[in-house]
Amino acid sequence: MRPIRTSYAQDLTLLPTTGSRVRVALVTGVALAIPAFAGEFYLGELAAVFIFAIAGVGMMLLSGYTGLVSLGQAAFLGIGAYTNAVLLARGVPLILSLPSGAMLAGLAGVAIGIPTLRMSGLYLAIATLAFGSIVGTIFQKWEGVTGGFGGFPVVSPTLGPLILDSPRGLYFLSLAMLGLVLLVAANILRSPLGRSLVAIHGSEISAQSMGVNLAVTKTLSFAISAAITGLAGGLFAHYVHFLAPDSFDLVLSIQFVTMIVVGGLGSLSGAIYGAIFIRLLPQGIALLRDDLPLGIGHMPGLEPSLFGLILVLFIIFEPQGVAGRLSKIAHYWSAFPLHRRATFQRQKSYTRSERVR
Amino acid sequence: MLETARVIQIILNGTAVGCIYGLVALGFVLIYKTTETVNFAQGDLMMLGGFLAFTLIAKVGLDYWLGFLLTIVFMAAFGYLLDALVLRRVIGQPQFAVFMLTLGLGFIFRAAAGIVWGYDAVSFPTPFTGRVLDFGGIVVSANNLSILVGTVGLCAVLYLFFSRTRLGVAMQASSQNQLAAYYMGIPVRTVFSLTWAISAAVAAAAGVLLAPVALVDVNMGFLGFKAFAAAVLGGFGSIPGALIGGVVVGIVEQVAGYSLPAGFRDVTANAVLLGVLVLRPQGILSQTMRKKV
Repeated sequence: MRPIRTSYAQDLTLLPTTGSRVRVALVTGVALAIPAFAGEFYLGELAAVFIFAIAGVGMMLLSGYTGLVSLGQAAFLGIGAYTNAVLLARGVPLILSLPSGAMLAGLAGVAIGIPTLRMSGLYLAIATLAFGSIVGTIFQKWEGVTGGFGGFPVVSPTLGPLILDSPRGLYFLSLAMLGLVLLVAANILRSPLGRSLVAIHGSEISAQSMGVNLAVTKTLSFAISAAITGLAGGLFAHYVHFLAPDSFDLVLSIQFVTMIVVGGLGSLSGAIYGAIFIRLLPQGIALLRDDLPLGIGHMPGLEPSLFGLILVLFIIFEPQGVAGRLSKIAHYWSAFPLHRRATFQRQKSYTRSERVR
Repeated sequence: MLETARVIQIILNGTAVGCIYGLVALGFVLIYKTTETVNFAQGDLMMLGGFLAFTLIAKVGLDYWLGFLLTIVFMAAFGYLLDALVLRRVIGQPQFAVFMLTLGLGFIFRAAAGIVWGYDAVSFPTPFTGRVLDFGGIVVSANNLSILVGTVGLCAVLYLFFSRTRLGVAMQASSQNQLAAYYMGIPVRTVFSLTWAISAAVAAAAGVLLAPVALVDVNMGFLGFKAFAAAVLGGFGSIPGALIGGVVVGIVEQVAGYSLPAGFRDVTANAVLLGVLVLRPQGILSQTMRKKV
């Protein structure tokens, strides 16, 4: 239940209800406790979940809140990853190289954000797609720096006395970064900037009439999103240990989009649910592979088809994703036993043309 | 003289490739023009059409033209059912959601095709295979010519269909305002399903025409991304625009492939695309208008 409002400050608190405070504390506690009993392999996979969740938060700010669709997120991830790896190889400490990757990715975000200011929807999607492909080609062709198709080995990072060579080290590092990014994102969202982002999603014209500077806000949204994704990229470099230019392609960008749709557009926790889904689904399939009847587990196209099927089912039955479903369940129990079936019934509606804008 | 001939040859090859992009882009545009949704599975529909034609022509042993016709009929029925059973459920949801839905459908089609037809590239004989026409030093293969003629013909027919027939106008009306179209007595849902049928048929035609040039395989659908770029370049929602966009992308690719070192072909096409979009954010033949406040 939401508490009764008694002051305006209440609208701005990060965690408004006791429930949410308990939940965050619980999740943090569990995340800190896991390394005590989980094996190295699972810690590595969980670190990947955190890394994807960071990238998901970046994407969520851009697509989920500002409503700008980007199919070029993999490029930002790649920029972050390469910058971090190249700087580390030249002897720059991690504490500088990781933020540098984020900064450079953020600048790339500005570079794509400004020329695409007048675009929206499809046109933006295809422009970012083209941008992603161009950056991908740069990774391949700039052999002096990136090593081209030969790949680029990533040096093990050290943080003062800590050597983050093991999955365990990466686990804690990415967990800390995820916490930081979530805090930053949540704070952005309750600031005027965050409100403007959501306003732009609603209607650019109304946002403009209310005094939102569209150009500045949209570019900022791109920059922040790209910087967060670049940070995830720096960590990603340590997860894969070896950078190959073709791993930052359209497929990865589409994975990011899928991640936030399945997780739930317009909620930060959705990014985490989406990351869990996208990283753990292949693992789940691998675990079940031998137990499935009729040899289904060994069909070659199982993973992508299951991936596609789940995406389709989500959009048809739960367009608000996992986060939306969870909030409905929460509402059911908070109203228990007075839940009305019609509370969340979707209204029949028709598509409004996006050609007039 | 030799230089000129070579330039013309490159442009001609580019036009032929571009026509395929244009043909797939046409499918995108048709669906967008009516239902205002983007079908990202368009390339995969083309792939299904190609495989179906392979089964009918190479496996069952039907005549090429009969196989072509049957493929188109089957794929049209498939498109109709796809809309009636799946896409109709998401009417009214944001464009983004539908876009993701078709992306998911594309994954499923690809996996299904892999299971049914396997992962090897296949091909089938056509009446055009191996025949070459020579116009005073400029060589055109009959395959490329069939693509060119097929694309321009289909474009013309569809253009007239949209501007002259009752159904075509009804489709345009449904696109502009679904509710108003419904009030005017247009069966919007049936119109949508018919659009999907036509679009799937166009995709099937593209698949069959493309099969002799590029082999049919599961990942053929990725060509859809280039076609998507072509459609956007031309101004999404414009039929001549799709063709123009396709040809532009095709020619740029060929010229870049000829004059730049290997590996820069795709990136040039993308750079041109980005450049055009920066100058004209709504594509070459813009279909959008600014809302008045």
